[in-house]
Amino acid sequence: MQEKAILIDKKDNVATALRQLEKGDSIPVVVEDRSVSVILLQGISFGHKFALTDIQQGDAIIKYGEVIGLATKQIRQGEHVHIHNVESQKGRGDKR
Amino acid sequence: MKFLGYRRSNSKVGVRNHVLIFPTVVCASEVARMIGNEVPGAVYAIHGCGCGHVGEDKEQVVRTMVGFTGHPNVAGVLLVGLGCEVITPETIAGELVKGGQRVETVSIQRAGGTTQCVEEGKRLAGKLLAEAADAKRESIDVSELTLGLECGGSDALSGLTANPALGIASDLLIAEGGSAIFSETTEMLGTEQVLARRAANAEVEKRIYEIIAAADTKAKSMGVDIRGSQPTPGNIAGGLTSIEEKSLGCIRKGGSTTIMEVVKYAEQPAKKGLIIMDGTALDVMNDTGLIASGAQVIVFTTGRGTPVGTPIVPVIKVSSNSINYNNMKDNMDINAGVIVDGWGTLRSVGEQIFNEIIEVASGKLTKAEILGHREFDIHSLGPVV
Repeated sequence: MQEKAILIDKKDNVATALRQLEKGDSIPVVVEDRSVSVILLQGISFGHKFALTDIQQGDAIIKYGEVIGLATKQIRQGEHVHIHNVESQKGRGDKR
Repeated sequence: MKFLGYRRSNSKVGVRNHVLIFPTVVCASEVARMIGNEVPGAVYAIHGCGCGHVGEDKEQVVRTMVGFTGHPNVAGVLLVGLGCEVITPETIAGELVKGGQRVETVSIQRAGGTTQCVEEGKRLAGKLLAEAADAKRESIDVSELTLGLECGGSDALSGLTANPALGIASDLLIAEGGSAIFSETTEMLGTEQVLARRAANAEVEKRIYEIIAAADTKAKSMGVDIRGSQPTPGNIAGGLTSIEEKSLGCIRKGGSTTIMEVVKYAEQPAKKGLIIMDGTALDVMNDTGLIASGAQVIVFTTGRGTPVGTPIVPVIKVSSNSINYNNMKDNMDINAGVIVDGWGTLRSVGEQIFNEIIEVASGKLTKAEILGHREFDIHSLGPVV
């Protein structure tokens, strides 16, 4: 049976959808000794990420146990995490 | 462990037996293509470089041409020039002869124009093909294989399935004494600390930080946010949010072994094992660099799907997901999507990729070869003057 989503590193605050997920779905993810279950606040497409916890504006988004960007607004548990609420810290020629 | 390869007279090992028609300047590209089209059995590679280069840019283009045309997958090369260019067939041929490569040259001005140059080129290419036909495969240790690692059209699964599975295959080859080169420096942004921890020594660690900082500076030099180009629109549609996220998935191709050396684009490493080449994110140009650095086989992972091959080195395509694998089945060699579908594991797909590398090195054609994909370009630093 295919998993619905994957959590890669126990430090991560996002998980990745492994199929199309719908609003209201309850998604359990497990890595090592950490297990989380999240109710999705919106549909999440295959390959896209959702928040495992509430994330404050300016907080780091963690995937693979490493920082992949900073939250540009508050993100609630179960919300889609993507370019509308995360910004990169690299290659930012617009922010010199 | 052994595979069946070609031992060249200069002792280098090839996995293909191509005769290559190669223009040293863009002005000779059409003549090179005409010769290539009229000599079945030969391959050609055309590009936009060869003139107007100075300094470091000229060095890089020359190094790329010498490494590519002198590659052991090439039994013999016909260099085609115009006659007034910066990088002439003679410039490249001089280096190739020193390296023990079989080479012939023609020049459009010297031959007396297109028609006569094509005729002379056809005659020489035919001679090279007849000589190449004598080469025979023999049993060679896999420690003499260098694998090029590439990813393109990544999605969010690339970093979860195809890239870590390829990392396992890289580890297996390196355990056998072989080498693997990974690159695409832009796609290392945000992973400096992860890579630096794996450096063989302080010099390698310093070089890792240097090349990644230079890639960040170059990205910033346009004065804009690189998002939209890195990650690309397709990457973003596939769920990748930032270059850091793309990079962390990208570097998993490099497996878990110690990083032995950092080389320039198209520079041949002195060390064995895992090597970083300071390359470009543009796949076709980066493949050329990996080949010129010595890769005899490339494994190329993709999530969105890309068909590209190279003129002289076989490219094995690994899909990160089953949707792309089924959608572009005529282009995909291996499906790493089975890892999330529950039919396979990272280990089983990693071993499948490793076995495919040995098969392909021994002569099995890849999908890109079967379809005739021979994309080629050279990463020029510019400015062209």
